[in-house]
Amino acid sequence: MPELHVNAVLAIEGLGFSFGAKPVLEDIDLTVRAGEFKLLLGPNGAGKTTLFSLITRLYDSPRGRIEVDGNDLKHHSGPALRRMGVVFQQPTLDLDLTVRQNLMYHAALHGLSRAQAEARMTDELNRLGMAERIDERVRKLNGGHRRRVEIVRALMHEPKLLLLDEPTVGLDVPTRRDIVDHVHGLARDAGIAVLWATHLIDEVMEGDSVFVLHQGIKRADGTLAQVLEDSATATIADAYDTLTRGSGTKDMER
Amino acid sequence: MTAVHAWRCLLGILKRESLRFLHQRERFIAALVRPLLWLLIFAAGFRAILGVSIIDPYETYIPYEVYITPGLIAMIQLFNGMQSSLSMVYDREMGSMRTLLVSPMPRWYLLFCRLLGGTLVSMLQVYAFLAVAALFDIRPPAWGYIALLPALIVSGLMLGAMGMVLSSMIRQLENFAGIMNFVIFPMFFLSSALYPLWRIRESSDALYRLCTLNPFTYAVELIRYSLYLKTNGVATLVVVVAFTAFAAVAIYAYDPARGIMSRKRTGA
Repeated sequence: MPELHVNAVLAIEGLGFSFGAKPVLEDIDLTVRAGEFKLLLGPNGAGKTTLFSLITRLYDSPRGRIEVDGNDLKHHSGPALRRMGVVFQQPTLDLDLTVRQNLMYHAALHGLSRAQAEARMTDELNRLGMAERIDERVRKLNGGHRRRVEIVRALMHEPKLLLLDEPTVGLDVPTRRDIVDHVHGLARDAGIAVLWATHLIDEVMEGDSVFVLHQGIKRADGTLAQVLEDSATATIADAYDTLTRGSGTKDMER
Repeated sequence: MTAVHAWRCLLGILKRESLRFLHQRERFIAALVRPLLWLLIFAAGFRAILGVSIIDPYETYIPYEVYITPGLIAMIQLFNGMQSSLSMVYDREMGSMRTLLVSPMPRWYLLFCRLLGGTLVSMLQVYAFLAVAALFDIRPPAWGYIALLPALIVSGLMLGAMGMVLSSMIRQLENFAGIMNFVIFPMFFLSSALYPLWRIRESSDALYRLCTLNPFTYAVELIRYSLYLKTNGVATLVVVVAFTAFAAVAIYAYDPARGIMSRKRTGA
């Protein structure tokens, strides 16, 4: 099967999905290249979480194709999932287990050896200044630290693609900033392809690409500069407002 | 899917399930208190009322407590199987199910490991229960404790797989009470756990037939025979076949194309 796009770590083509008769996503094309930080912007209910569920193969779509690093998700799901690190919207750590136990569990699911897992864990925890918390129960950590552990977990098996579904919801501003900066660093320095879903537009940084999703339809896709130009607006806030205007936007911000 | 990866994955899941169980002290105590209430209070009250004649696998007259012990072991596994399978789809556990399912091993294998994890936890509960029962002089033959092991694995897998099938069929799992009333109690009472089936046959042939259709009856008998170092071919066969059938349905239901996960609340 030919690759959809050269250099694309994540390539989505013609993806559609419906809950019963109600279409949730329509004809989505989306790519993320190595080292690219792409924001998936859209109000609550735009279809972001559905898109994530399809990319993580929680369920299949009868329409369209998803490839991860050249592996078709439907037919080669093992290799595709192996290249993917995911931070889900809702917390998914075991609260009664320690940071180490949580990370070792994940490492086992990905088939890492004990030595590999220890090394990866130490590296990534150090990078986030979390190394001394390794034997603490997750229950004792605050929301920001739990998120950091989930990011470390997603990176344990050295994925080429990192997916984050609204990872900063409920965190204070400095913590949000730290996490946004850290993940930008991962894209820049480690060449990881990042897809970051959010409805918080202040998480967009210069050099990012932006994909605006609204009511299940692509409204914009390109670099920040391109999107601003195409929508004839000066700031991403204005562009976002323009692109997501229309029926159903009343639930945009809570 | 390499063997090394599969092995590490299995060990990781078993370890996680045991760690979680050991940390949840209330769950452990509840799992222990429930059968002990039956054993120490219910059975004490009933021993005078219900005479049990000599039936296979027993070789002498036995007190009622001894008769219901295998049934209570199966009850521990029934509760545990329902709880661990249903907890996978509760909102609270939805997240951990997702982390499991986005890992690269085939989905059937992940579900199987998860079932084994639940079974392991139920076995910890069973041996804790047997230890307490031994304090009250309810003791099977010493080798029975060992012979019980394989029986517990297959019956635990069967009951866990049954829970998994239920979890995929029931949309609303807001509380455990519904499962108690409509699954756990009927299965428990329509079995040989509390009374020999010939007793039921004496009162109603229809009920007797229902009991013989209940896979739980065979789990109880498999456990009973193993505990007394005997084999029961029919029970073994039924439990293995029932496990295979339930597991096949569960794997089918959790196939991504079937979209079972999409029908659960995902918080889009």
